[in-house]
Amino acid sequence: MNERELRRLIGEVKVGKLSRRSFAQRMLAVGLTAPMATQLLAVAGVAHAQPKSTYKPTKRGGGGLLKVLWWQGATLLNPHFAVGTKDQDGSRFFYEPLAGWDADGNLQPVLAASIPGREDGTLAADGKSVTWKLKQGVTWHDGKPFTADDVVFNWEYAKDPATAATTSAVYTDVKVEKVDQYTVKVLFEKPTPFWALAFVGAQGMIIPKHLFADYSGGKSRDAPTNLKPVGTGAYKFKDFKPGDMVSGELNPNYHMENRPYFDAFEMKGGGDAVSAARAVLQSGEFDFAWNMQVEDEILQRMEKGGKGRVAISPGGNIEHIQLNTTDPWTEVDGERSSLKTKHPTLSDPAVRQALAVLVDKDSVEKHIYGRTGNATANFVNNPERFRSKNTKFEFNVDKANDILEKAGWKKGSDGIREKDGKKLKFVYQTSINQPRQKTQAIVKQACQKAGIDIEIKSVTASVFFSSDVANPDTYTKFYCDLQMYTTTMTQPDPELFMKQFMTEEAATKENKWQGRNITRWRNKEYDDIHKAAQVEVDPVKRAAMFIKLNDMVINDQVVIPVVARPAVQAMGNKLVAVMSGWDNNTWDIQNWYKDA
Amino acid sequence: MNRQYIIRRILIAIPSLLGISVILFGVLAMAPGDPFEELATNPAIPPEVRMALRAKFGLDDPVWQRYLHWFSAMVQGDWGFSFQSRMDVDRLILQRLPVTLIVIGASQLLAISVAIPVGVLAAIKPYSIFDQIASTFAMIGFSLPTFFTGLVLILVFSIQLDWLPFVYRADINATGWAFYGEHIKQSIMPVVVLGLAQAGTLVRFMRSSVLDVIRLDYVTTARSKGIGERKVIVRHVVRNALIPVVTLIALQLPAVFGGAIVTEQIFRVPGIGSLLIAAILANDTPVVMGITFVISCLVVLFNLIADILYGWLDPRISFR
Repeated sequence: MNERELRRLIGEVKVGKLSRRSFAQRMLAVGLTAPMATQLLAVAGVAHAQPKSTYKPTKRGGGGLLKVLWWQGATLLNPHFAVGTKDQDGSRFFYEPLAGWDADGNLQPVLAASIPGREDGTLAADGKSVTWKLKQGVTWHDGKPFTADDVVFNWEYAKDPATAATTSAVYTDVKVEKVDQYTVKVLFEKPTPFWALAFVGAQGMIIPKHLFADYSGGKSRDAPTNLKPVGTGAYKFKDFKPGDMVSGELNPNYHMENRPYFDAFEMKGGGDAVSAARAVLQSGEFDFAWNMQVEDEILQRMEKGGKGRVAISPGGNIEHIQLNTTDPWTEVDGERSSLKTKHPTLSDPAVRQALAVLVDKDSVEKHIYGRTGNATANFVNNPERFRSKNTKFEFNVDKANDILEKAGWKKGSDGIREKDGKKLKFVYQTSINQPRQKTQAIVKQACQKAGIDIEIKSVTASVFFSSDVANPDTYTKFYCDLQMYTTTMTQPDPELFMKQFMTEEAATKENKWQGRNITRWRNKEYDDIHKAAQVEVDPVKRAAMFIKLNDMVINDQVVIPVVARPAVQAMGNKLVAVMSGWDNNTWDIQNWYKDA
Repeated sequence: MNRQYIIRRILIAIPSLLGISVILFGVLAMAPGDPFEELATNPAIPPEVRMALRAKFGLDDPVWQRYLHWFSAMVQGDWGFSFQSRMDVDRLILQRLPVTLIVIGASQLLAISVAIPVGVLAAIKPYSIFDQIASTFAMIGFSLPTFFTGLVLILVFSIQLDWLPFVYRADINATGWAFYGEHIKQSIMPVVVLGLAQAGTLVRFMRSSVLDVIRLDYVTTARSKGIGERKVIVRHVVRNALIPVVTLIALQLPAVFGGAIVTEQIFRVPGIGSLLIAAILANDTPVVMGITFVISCLVVLFNLIADILYGWLDPRISFR
């Protein structure tokens, strides 16, 4: 899809010939995320979709106790310190952002009076500022009013390096100004097509200025409110035991009518995923359980009990195999996989192409992941029904043999192909996790048939994913030929996600292996396009650029995507809760209710 | 005699606790992993944040320096600060300790109140049907690991029969009888699992201990003096047979804490065991140090209690 075609489609949406939803679907088909697609429309001057409320209760409260289960409990309740989704989810009961992302990637206002747009000028034409109108009459749980000062304070708090906020990336490159008591303006240094990051979604929750102002920067860890949140949310804080329990009760002054439905909630932590699934699907003790990392077969068996169901929400997480472009077996200046080396065999495109057709993704999906992992050809991923059509995948041993044979890789007496004295022998590592070991076995078997010898290696997750500089087995060091893990897409925009293939991001000894480009693939064209996309004023051109980047990575077999991993939750039959792959699990907590 | 003895015992305990802390700290420092690991895999969080946090919590200092820092703070009563929850470790442990003590205490009481009468009755009539049944169950009790019995109980009583909840909730929204009722209901399974595993060993031990004593001459003398059988058993036999059993109970307490970690995980009991597992998985060194220190202190304390109980059970044992 080229630029002109995109413009034509947007024009059709504008005059009402094409629905927003089908526009989003077409964008998804070419590898664009849903939030990105709706942002395109917004920047092009098409109004955001108005939320269609399906909320049924006609009065506040009366729903009793909501019991939810996170098998890793929240350990802290300051959203700016949140280490993982568990902490963000826990914080979201009390704190709220200006707006959240729904499942289709549309912004839904929470503390904002409306979503900024071109029509009323709240979204600057040059893409350098956004004006947010705040909802009036909102109060914090202690009765103090919520104003623009609070919003500005959050920016100051999070951008201060001494605070060491995990949300700092969102706030360091922007400037926030108070326009009046209920208006704030977010200013960008350069034109920013994806403008909805600060104060939006999982990293955008707002904490009260009057309680945190004295505890900014180096003193941030001493704030008593870190452990006793006072927010604007639908539930007021009651009790918190880190790792075990977060509880709260209905906020009688909540700013949305008739909400919330439940009188109180309990978010219990601890245990393991299987028994959490059991507590919702089999015994019905709990209404909701988070992150069902359980084999689909077991989930299906539990669902037969009829007490609950499994809810699957597509997101951007992808289980993929990385191909090392550097030589992991030669040490240069004290590091292996150094940028100064080139992989002896994987640098041959024929070998990479052969490997790509040797990964039997359909079998991996069918026999290992089931509903919880969908075979895919793309790195930037979306719901299964919207999968990109630009790229495709196949499993074909004959084709692999053919490619290798033509490229001059001949089978030796041991059945392993070789050329110029170099054998096709690879070490393939991943973390210890049953589905991953099963996937390794499937790939190894297919490779054997094509004359490629695979040595399987599995590393304990706590070592593999650690940033321990002294350990050679971490995924960022990548001291082997192939490796596999899931990379997460935390933001509903591909810019940051696609940064992991840029030259400047290469993981090296110099940057203590903190670079995000693990494969160390370097391609000037890719860098140039990505850099151009970062400052591209025209959102349509920018979109076309990201589509191109995805295709480059796939066509060059920098990585081989295996399965897209949607978010999987368990829900009681009566619970009505809208999930989104682009925001917190509890992003819509104010609208959760039980159907009679 | 007793006070001096107790003081001496406590003084001896200090170097062993110190040694424990050095070894623990060393092992934890050598173990792979990083408390801010989750930040490393999240692309939305810049590496500088992780570096700043590491510097803030002193993780970049050499191990001995970190140990000295921890030790000097500990001596002043500062248990440290959890990396994960940004909370003082002593507060974190105090939140969890009562639940563990209640569950372990209740399971020990259950174990003792089942094991002692059963063991004594089995020994009085050895190889009777009662003895056979008791021995069989004792065998099953200490052979089956708690994670197995726990799961079986959950499947039977929670999933099939739907009688008991299998997720333990420390905060219960009720008052009066309902509050206690709920607490008892949710404690039944973890307490039974832990208690029965303990009782298995204790029954076997009690039985053999009573068998040893019951054949001694003074028991025959007591009987021939015409003291009632009941009195002979309770006053003369059981009291003497208890001495090795008391040692066993005291020495087994660390093992009970170990078993409780697994049980706490299965039933989601928010005790120090589940806190310890979470802290180990998250490489939260100050919390791991704090909890292991509490457990070491408990072990030392219970050993001391066992020694003091000896004196009461057998006045011939004196302390010097």
